[in-house]
Amino acid sequence: MKLKDIAAVLNATISCGTDKLDQEVEMGYSSDLMSDVLTLDTDNLVLLTGMVNLQAIRTAEMADIRAIVFVRNKKANQPMLDLARENGMCILESPYSLFKSSGLLFQAGLKPIY
Amino acid sequence: MKLTFSIQGGDFTHAGHPSSEVKKVLKQLDIDGKTIKNIVIALYEAEVNVVAHAWMGTVSVDIEENKITIWVTDEGPGIADIELAMQAGFSTASKEVREMGFGAGMGLPNMKKNTDELQIESEVGIGTKVKMVNYFS
Repeated sequence: MKLKDIAAVLNATISCGTDKLDQEVEMGYSSDLMSDVLTLDTDNLVLLTGMVNLQAIRTAEMADIRAIVFVRNKKANQPMLDLARENGMCILESPYSLFKSSGLLFQAGLKPIY
Repeated sequence: MKLTFSIQGGDFTHAGHPSSEVKKVLKQLDIDGKTIKNIVIALYEAEVNVVAHAWMGTVSVDIEENKITIWVTDEGPGIADIELAMQAGFSTASKEVREMGFGAGMGLPNMKKNTDELQIESEVGIGTKVKMVNYFS
């Protein structure tokens, strides 16, 4: 799925990385636990999370994750967006819950890691 | 090449800065992506441990032609039972740390998974010293 299609499905705002919207992502992972995200071997994925803090961006940076969707209408603050931009990430913000967001993307063909 | 960074206990804002810098250097050295990911994830986990548990710490990095050695040394409460701490799911993290998305007892096992060599020495009430080695493929 292209990131722009993910944004459309999730009715999401693109708060960083509008130039990345044509990038393809094959898999998705939903978690509020960064410890779990750090155990993944996959890297071409979109992370869906309600954990909105600087460490979510850092975790994505270390795990080579290039796109994050913040769910439940949560907003990334400026330091988070600055760090995301520095790392060439795409940040989306969706009003939907983690469950609904994950379900919609699964239905649209985004694959699970496991 | 040698690099040194300091870490402050409780300072979640700057946790990940050393890992980020090491990642940039390894990219410039053209180390392969998978190896870089292993190294920075192990270092980031170690950093989060210092921020979550200790009072202050130091990261020392030595990059040689065929390997990277990282020492993460802290002044802190230490680990009473390292074998127990290595078990997935064992954690002494505070509620605050868990609210940040960490503290699930995954850090040490994940450091082991991502390094070629991992040594942990600790003294209760004094601190912990972690040595991690990764070889470049």
